[in-house]
Amino acid sequence: MTALDEIKIGGMGARRRRVEDNRFIRGRGNYIDDIVLPGMLHMEILRSPLAHARINSIDTSKAWDIPGVRLVLTGEMMATRNLAWMPTLSYDTQAVLATDKVRFQGQEVACVIADDPYIAKDACEAIVVDYEPLPVIVNPTQATADDAPLIRDDKENQPDNVIYDWEVGDRAGTDQAFERADLVSTIQLHYPRSHPAPLECCGSIADFDRSTSKLTVYMTTQAPHIVRAAVALIAELPEHMIRIISPDLGGGFGNKVPVYPGYVMSILASILTERPVKWIEDRTGNLISTGFGRDVYLQGEMALRRDGKILGVRMHTDADHGAFFGDAQPSKFKIGLMHSAFACYDIPTAHLTARGMYTNKAPGGVAYRCSFRVTEAMFFQERMVQAAADDLGMDQAEFRRLNFVRDDDFPHRTPFGFLTDSGQYGKCLDVGLKAVGYQDFLKQKEEAKKRGRLLGIGISTMTEPLGAGNSREYDILGIKMFDSAELRVHMTGKAILRTGAKTQGQGHETTWAQIVAHELGLPAEDVLVEEGDTDTAPFGMGTYASRSTPVAGAAVAMVSRKIRAKARKLAAHLLEVSEEDVDWELGRFYVRSAPDRGVTIQECAMAAYSNMPDGLEPGLEGNAYYDPPNLTWPFACYIATVEVDPETGVWDVLNMVAVDDCGVRINPMVVEGQIMGGLTEAYAMASMQFITFDAEGNCVGSNFMDYLLPTAWETPGYELHEVVTPCPHHPIGAKGIGECATVGGPAAFVNAVLDAIKDTGVRNIDMPLLPDRVYEAITERHDVSGAPPVKVDD
Amino acid sequence: MALFEEIAAEPSEPVPVRRVTISVNGERRTADVEPRLLLAHLLRQGLRLTGTHIGCDTTNCGACTVLFDGKPVKSCTMLAVQADGHEITTVEGLGGASELHPVQEAFKDEHGLQCGFCTPGMMLAAKALLDEVPDPTEDEVRWALSGNVCRCTGYQNIVKSVLSAAQKLQGQSAADGS
Repeated sequence: MTALDEIKIGGMGARRRRVEDNRFIRGRGNYIDDIVLPGMLHMEILRSPLAHARINSIDTSKAWDIPGVRLVLTGEMMATRNLAWMPTLSYDTQAVLATDKVRFQGQEVACVIADDPYIAKDACEAIVVDYEPLPVIVNPTQATADDAPLIRDDKENQPDNVIYDWEVGDRAGTDQAFERADLVSTIQLHYPRSHPAPLECCGSIADFDRSTSKLTVYMTTQAPHIVRAAVALIAELPEHMIRIISPDLGGGFGNKVPVYPGYVMSILASILTERPVKWIEDRTGNLISTGFGRDVYLQGEMALRRDGKILGVRMHTDADHGAFFGDAQPSKFKIGLMHSAFACYDIPTAHLTARGMYTNKAPGGVAYRCSFRVTEAMFFQERMVQAAADDLGMDQAEFRRLNFVRDDDFPHRTPFGFLTDSGQYGKCLDVGLKAVGYQDFLKQKEEAKKRGRLLGIGISTMTEPLGAGNSREYDILGIKMFDSAELRVHMTGKAILRTGAKTQGQGHETTWAQIVAHELGLPAEDVLVEEGDTDTAPFGMGTYASRSTPVAGAAVAMVSRKIRAKARKLAAHLLEVSEEDVDWELGRFYVRSAPDRGVTIQECAMAAYSNMPDGLEPGLEGNAYYDPPNLTWPFACYIATVEVDPETGVWDVLNMVAVDDCGVRINPMVVEGQIMGGLTEAYAMASMQFITFDAEGNCVGSNFMDYLLPTAWETPGYELHEVVTPCPHHPIGAKGIGECATVGGPAAFVNAVLDAIKDTGVRNIDMPLLPDRVYEAITERHDVSGAPPVKVDD
Repeated sequence: MALFEEIAAEPSEPVPVRRVTISVNGERRTADVEPRLLLAHLLRQGLRLTGTHIGCDTTNCGACTVLFDGKPVKSCTMLAVQADGHEITTVEGLGGASELHPVQEAFKDEHGLQCGFCTPGMMLAAKALLDEVPDPTEDEVRWALSGNVCRCTGYQNIVKSVLSAAQKLQGQSAADGS
């Protein structure tokens, strides 16, 4: 007998078809709006049409008169239960229902609970609110003006609209580097506000059972255990009497991390009506009130030696956080992991200053397919690097290669103090350049120029920190960022695995079983994976910031190893030898001196329940809490080639090559799916997708007619390549991957378009590179800003 | 006819209703509906066919796509009364009782879905294309699916799925013909 073929049992490296697809392709998914509970009522929210206004009065009497209306809630009523305000994930407060004034367009003002959603919507329209408009702020410059109105007059010790003023890095050392510089290159840009816009909006069904005092909440959440803790604190309910169930999620991308006012209202409504209350957000509600991403103004400069060596970097960010500071991010860092910028380059010193401002815009600052502002960091990095290469007159690929951290220089301390541990940056770049045909393209570009055609090539290379913790440095509201897995192997060798993560399309039900197959030799199809129910799953921090594989995935491997350690004792007992004489090959223990004598993992499982040795605890179950020693550092090289039409400003992607090194791949098919999805969100942000505001604070981009998402028609095709540098500290050598392409991709597209129009002298066009912006840059020969307020045609 | 129907405690003004008869997945269904009821809501809440999803309310995303007399429509902006006398196919009617439709198989085989929310609408739009154009080009597939948004996959594997389903269907019809 020999070891099992790992690919055949669906282990690591298998392109295993996804088990969750069996229900999704039949329309048998179980998303929040598919769930119906007996006696369920429906909730709709009335939102503010104004961005900043005092509320003089709210008259709900006509809403109460509509047949079928069961409850109307306002901020005043929430306040009697101490629920008018709730804490955010960044130690701020956020209004659940407005009491004093509204602070952004779309803010929750009242809600109606009725027999059906049509009645609830009718009743919302019957509520009369008397608003007194106030001056509106839609960007950080307005927020810090001398005569700026105070947005957060509800807070004590908040004299202005500044939330924080923060710095990291070595100011003095960086100043010295700039004194020694031969050349200083600068850049200034705005990373526009974007919205994750998962295809399924947010929603909840709260079900409070007075007879047991148990509150069950079905909720679109990427982090059910954090929500349970938050509900316990906000609603002052005992934590063991709260059950959060996150059903199938129609995408998340960070949008479903925060706790939203709608969830809290539905919970109070269920407590008051003693009926289940369902709230399903509509698309406009989703886009104008829930967690956005980005909206940061970045500027900086790079100190350069004439030969191309980078000596130091200065960065400054002004972040527009909206009306409430609701960033979902580790509490130690005010602007997320912005200081992970330049991690792949060997730069001796850097300094970052960051300010955050309140404005009359929706709160959020979620990590939209991003590890906490890493997207902005890497975009700035690669735009800065491009500008520096241009200023030096150096080839953009060679400039990057010259400054890369070398393969033999790990572990490496980044300029802002992170520790990277592995990578083959130069090799990834080589693979990318070869795939795109770099030298040939440069020739084509020159020839095309003679015929009046504008071709361009853009490179983006980056390593980014994925998989927070470790718990020493990473926590959210004081809860440490580890994760967990629990594995129960039944007597027939079938198993159930539960983790503290929560899949939203990433395919955990498929890939976690592959890790168990790798570690235990159980066929993957024999392992059922469940997530999302806080009554059954072990405590974990959930799925976002590409942390599932780095943290929960590691926990899956570790719990499997615990199970294997116990199975070894059972095997020794069955084989009648001492444990030291037993060896393991995939799926089987055998006697070292007599390899033919062996027992399978399934036989060990049976023995755990039917034939255990004296003194050994029965059963074959375990759990593991995994606190990673470091972040994982995947590397990516994205190269885009484009053609810009000088007559219209329209640009087309000719080719997009992606080289990703995410370490060992559990399921290459799923990894490739993540990369292609991420590249598309990168293309979206570079080309069309953004939310902006007019001077009155009206959201431009409040539905899918204005908030443009690329379809199959616009989206380019992609060519994927891989390099594998195993993560040295992860138990199976894996690194995060979900967000890499979204983080690194935008700069490749933008650099390519700017390369195509380089002769105009234009240094920057803010994303998205809409045709009119590109056309303006070409014809007016100046940089184009996309900062709000925008002009809106009447 | 429900065995029990609760009468509202407070007498309310009678809500106007209209009787509609719709063939849904080959089965004749009759219901009394408010004239303003959306087709998507009739399918989801009335008939409990929850495979039809709602993603945007404005006819842009295509999660609610169903086949209306064989043509793809967005059921979130069509009234239930407009479907009176017509044939509707939802994802639940795409495959047979036990068999999958080749489009469904192909989406699984080619990893054409991730979160699954756009998938029913995407598959129905694909089926409508393949009914008309059995051997489409990549551009034809991309154009036919351009009313359906996917936020997860980047479309490349969706396009692959549809092209693979086309081949399979053509193989089937060739085999049937011989």
